[in-house]
Amino acid sequence: MSKSKRSRKKKFERYDGREATELRPITIESGVLPNADGSAYIEMGLNKIVVGVFGPREMHPKRLAKPNMATVRCRYHMAPFSVDPRRSPAPSRRDNEISMVMRYALEPAIFVERYPRSAIDVYAEIIQADGGTRTACINAATVALVDAGIPMRDLVASCAAGKMDDNLILDLGDYEDKEGQADIPVAYMPKLNKITLLQMDGMVSKDEFESCVNMAIDGCNQIYEIQREALKKKYGLDEQPQEEN
Amino acid sequence: MSGIGIVSRLKRKKISEVIATGKRMDGRSLTDHREIMVKTSFLEKSEGSAEVHLGKTRVIVGVKVGTGTPFEDTPDKGVLICNAEFTPIAHPTFEPGPPPEKAIELARVVDRGLRSAEILELEKLCLIPGKVVLMVFVDLYVINYDGNLIDCSAIGALAALKNAKYPVYKVKDGEVEKTDKLNDLVVKREPLAVTMVKIDNNLIVDPSADEEEVMDARITITLDKDDNVCTVQKTGSEGFTVEELKKVINIASEKAAEYRKHL
Amino acid sequence: MSALFENRDLVVPGDVLYEGRIRTGDNTFRFEGKVCANRIGLVNYTQNMVSVIALEAGFNPLSGDLVIGDIIEIELGRWLVDIDTPEDAQLNVPDAIDSPFRSDIVMPDILDVGDTIVAKIVDMDRRGTPILSILGRSLGKIEEGFMMRLTPSKIPRLIGKKGSMVNMILKETGCSIIIGQNGRVLINGKTREQEMQAVSVIEKIDKEAHISGLTNRVQEYLKTIKEENR
Repeated sequence: MSKSKRSRKKKFERYDGREATELRPITIESGVLPNADGSAYIEMGLNKIVVGVFGPREMHPKRLAKPNMATVRCRYHMAPFSVDPRRSPAPSRRDNEISMVMRYALEPAIFVERYPRSAIDVYAEIIQADGGTRTACINAATVALVDAGIPMRDLVASCAAGKMDDNLILDLGDYEDKEGQADIPVAYMPKLNKITLLQMDGMVSKDEFESCVNMAIDGCNQIYEIQREALKKKYGLDEQPQEEN
Repeated sequence: MSGIGIVSRLKRKKISEVIATGKRMDGRSLTDHREIMVKTSFLEKSEGSAEVHLGKTRVIVGVKVGTGTPFEDTPDKGVLICNAEFTPIAHPTFEPGPPPEKAIELARVVDRGLRSAEILELEKLCLIPGKVVLMVFVDLYVINYDGNLIDCSAIGALAALKNAKYPVYKVKDGEVEKTDKLNDLVVKREPLAVTMVKIDNNLIVDPSADEEEVMDARITITLDKDDNVCTVQKTGSEGFTVEELKKVINIASEKAAEYRKHL
Repeated sequence: MSALFENRDLVVPGDVLYEGRIRTGDNTFRFEGKVCANRIGLVNYTQNMVSVIALEAGFNPLSGDLVIGDIIEIELGRWLVDIDTPEDAQLNVPDAIDSPFRSDIVMPDILDVGDTIVAKIVDMDRRGTPILSILGRSLGKIEEGFMMRLTPSKIPRLIGKKGSMVNMILKETGCSIIIGQNGRVLINGKTREQEMQAVSVIEKIDKEAHISGLTNRVQEYLKTIKEENR
């Protein structure tokens, strides 16, 4: 928990009063949709996102199916009322890019070789957006994939670090996304210690970049515990004693 | 699941058998509706919001109020627009993409219900005649499909509008300014939809997805709180007799009153 | 060499279950000398093997499995059957009518789109597509009853040791129950009441399969619902 060390200037305050390395409140629930093979609902700050997973299932059109593995298809879609002012429900270029980025983050964790020629569909619906939606989607999508019984190597946790008013911060809210100096979203497989997604927007020094990545990984480790609890909770087993990691 | 649009013969047969005994597959009577849950005003960034569960069918409704230019033929009236999205998480056969025919029908039926009942006094939503009016968007977001999206969405639309609060706009020197004050959206007549399907000449209220799959015909009646009929929509290959229509309207009136208790 | 969890602990994908040499069972994988879980479930340590009893898993088709499916398409000489696998199963004419395909056979007269069948997986072709047969006693088209769906990994609990669980349900509810390894169950009872009793018991098993003491709870439950209906 690092506060600004500049005692002569005004103390650094975030828009919602958080510490620089503090995550927003996060809750995750698994198995929330009756019709999906797997599903999860996440609230991360004011973000409210529901993810549904279908598959492995037949891929249509068949000619696009991969002969040796499953095709993971991700879709990031925002409800018109998820932002202010209202936006059109039609997908934008940003939506398409984030859909792709979700796939990059999740695919390394999935045993796709097990299901040749089939499709694994991951649909994220943003009910309300407040900065860091791609990281929230990845966190929920991981839980939904496990809920669907799709074999995975590890969970994937995600959060963003960045810079605001010359301070390095964790888990940027909407205001910090828009007004800040840098935004660095990271997705990470905690047990395998591998980063599956890394993007950057803005400007930081090399040292600051490294600090941000480490801060983000720290945040991911915290989120990993929340994902575990969410998965256990569905079976009424979330009060079990913590095993050593 | 790849059996898109194929009706299982076994399912059809079983549903018919059970309905002949006056019950349905989930134990309901022919005129019982499923359990209803309504949650309102839970989206901080929307002027109005509601989530409705009707059995396993779930719809989230968001109401956004902004400013815009009025339609040419009604220069001093605000604008009300309904839109529906069938999200691919709602059912394994729902595909991502623009709204399919059924989604457009859903939006239009709910829209007609709201409009015919004049739920909003659109003349009061005018800021600068001919130039700037309030635009009220009602977005129906289908989250899980198990039949009867119309009734579920209509309850959600009414609940979201009833609880909506929107910013007060001031007109100054021909410009529109947003203030920090909030207004309650004024809602009149409170229309609600009641949908029934016909299976083997039985009228069945609040159909599940399976019942919609095997139905012979479907009809929706929208009524306001004084029991006036605002909208009717009939689909399906079979017809209704005049006698049946009388029954339909009576049942709809009863059911609308029951739905109303949840708002 | 050590087990890192207690027997029947809940584990998630990525959890390291064992370090060292040991046989790996269902829902595990080996990585850098460690055995890890690849699905959420209860870890099971035996003397020489570690596996995970999955709480959530799709149906993994194996030769010999009894399955329940719906005919979704008719092709020349074969039907395509939906059995909830990533690829649809195939039923060839010689495996349905015990005689080779002749051009005067009217396939929809034998099985039409929308029909439900009980079948056995007799083979998996090179691409992993299940090949079915309905030749055999108690296989073939279903004319009566209705279908329920469970998570496939719960089916062994529904059957019970040597059929003990399902036999108990048969006896207490008087319904006929056909269980597909693919998570589909066909129920047919003499009264609607009996059928709904069977449905509610099976739903309970689906929800509580992982909690020990299931057999006793189900016995109690069957008693209660039968009394309620008196």
